[in-house]
Amino acid sequence: MSLGKIWVLAEFADAKPTTATLELLTAANTFADKVEAFAWGEGVVNYAGVLGDYGVSKLYDIGSLAGSLPGPKVAAAMAEAISSDSAPDAIFFATSYDGRDSAARLSARLSVGVITNVVNLVANGSELNAEHAIFGGEMILTSKFAAAAPQIFVIRAKSFAPEAKEAANCEVVSASVSDLGSTDGAKIVSSHVEERSGPKLDEAPVVVSGGRGLGQPDRYQLVEELASLLNGAPGASRAIVDAGWVPYSYQVGQTGKTVKPNLYIAVGISGATQHMVGMKGSKNIVAINKDKEAPIFQVCDFGIVGDASKIVPKLIEAIKAR
Amino acid sequence: MNICVCVKQIPDPTVTPSLDPNTSNLVRAGKLVLDDSDTFGVEMALQLVDAAGGGEVTLVSMAPNSEVSGIRTGLAMGAAKGILVSDPELAGSDALSTAKVLAAAIKTTEFDLVITATESTDGYTGTTPVQIAELLGLPSVSFAKKVEIVDGALKVERQTEAGFDEVTSPLPALVTVTAGVVEPRYPSFKGIMSAKSKPVTTLTVADLGLSGQVGGANSGQQVVSVRKAEARQAGTIIEDSDDAIGQLVGYLEQLKVI
Repeated sequence: MSLGKIWVLAEFADAKPTTATLELLTAANTFADKVEAFAWGEGVVNYAGVLGDYGVSKLYDIGSLAGSLPGPKVAAAMAEAISSDSAPDAIFFATSYDGRDSAARLSARLSVGVITNVVNLVANGSELNAEHAIFGGEMILTSKFAAAAPQIFVIRAKSFAPEAKEAANCEVVSASVSDLGSTDGAKIVSSHVEERSGPKLDEAPVVVSGGRGLGQPDRYQLVEELASLLNGAPGASRAIVDAGWVPYSYQVGQTGKTVKPNLYIAVGISGATQHMVGMKGSKNIVAINKDKEAPIFQVCDFGIVGDASKIVPKLIEAIKAR
Repeated sequence: MNICVCVKQIPDPTVTPSLDPNTSNLVRAGKLVLDDSDTFGVEMALQLVDAAGGGEVTLVSMAPNSEVSGIRTGLAMGAAKGILVSDPELAGSDALSTAKVLAAAIKTTEFDLVITATESTDGYTGTTPVQIAELLGLPSVSFAKKVEIVDGALKVERQTEAGFDEVTSPLPALVTVTAGVVEPRYPSFKGIMSAKSKPVTTLTVADLGLSGQVGGANSGQQVVSVRKAEARQAGTIIEDSDDAIGQLVGYLEQLKVI
């Protein structure tokens, strides 16, 4: 092993580790002898079993956040463990809302840099070299930290395939945080779940995304209908999210979700670098766009040059008629 | 209500970007424009100041050169003044360096709230805003899709995986806004004219007392290499026709998705 110890911020949803968490743990196991995790919540002690299956030998229990947003407390718990215990060689965070907040807070607290948007890691002695997709995934830039530990990485979803290890015993230790004062002032008053039918965007085997080329907002329904016919999830380019056609949670790309479905259908999307970085890893790509020079046609396996708002209804009809 | 909005002037995103072959830093030599992502924060700030019935919006930015065209765009939208930290020492800054500079610049002015985008379009590390909050000792709420000031406190709808959380925070605070939080206005002709005479204070790294602490020379990261990614095989591209739909259906059948 090239590194001694790696910490992972383990995030849970409905008492299950998020897929991104399992990806990070799997990666950590390939680089370090010892993998330890931090988690918050009411019953963190119950998470030891599943984390043990993924090679975690020690779980730091931050405890209930009592309504606080996680960032400040996660960063404080890690900083405290570094000063009272021993620093890890690297710390992995997922590119999630709370992962980014926590990494940013920790970086500023420790005054060490953070490398974000990592899509692959390669060990080089006790250092990790991080790969990033830049210019829409056309180039791969590799970077590393100039100075030693802890090397903080924020890793994009689907960069590693999750794989359980032989079950190991996971010790749980308390990492509760004392009063943080003003930085911890933001409190969650209530949580709202927006109902979405069908598979989740970042887990769906088929994703159909719409862009500006649809022409007008109500035509996004065509994207939703096609996605539903293919048992897939609807997505969107940044352009129509910025224009308010669909919520931010639909966005695929650099600033949105990374998807790697079996089939990705880009409807009226030109393929700006911002979008490509989030979908270029899809197994099969279909593009429908009226501009035959659009960059999306350079990455697609099957493309039709034409007006998406006319082609998609015909496609829906043809699929229904089968 | 005084609000600082962090804005970034970036190379025109419609122009193909390139890297400096020696430093591997993004080339920022051409004309810089206001990052579109920042227009949402500027608009949000203008509306909150309006709703509060007083105060002003200050734009805070940093650049290795003295470029101000992007800041002028924000001033034309209605911001009152700008602060630009401009210093050759800042070339190649990492996110933490950027946060240290912006935090120090923000401290030179009075504020109740700091607004930023969730991330810039060119660098997109997405960590600078919350690093600024930590350096200033402020609470932060990231990924806001709705922002209000109610009874002197910040009230935000924060994007989550499942939907959104309603979050409150005392002021002063920092909030990062997603696109769609508000509809940014286009600068009016009058706005563009008056922006030319609005004050933009230029500060150096030394002015902020950060000499030797920030910039590329003090960045904790190094570029190891840059290489071309594996290109995808070129696919079949056809013009729209009745036959095209048939071929696409055939392709989908072959993939067994229908």
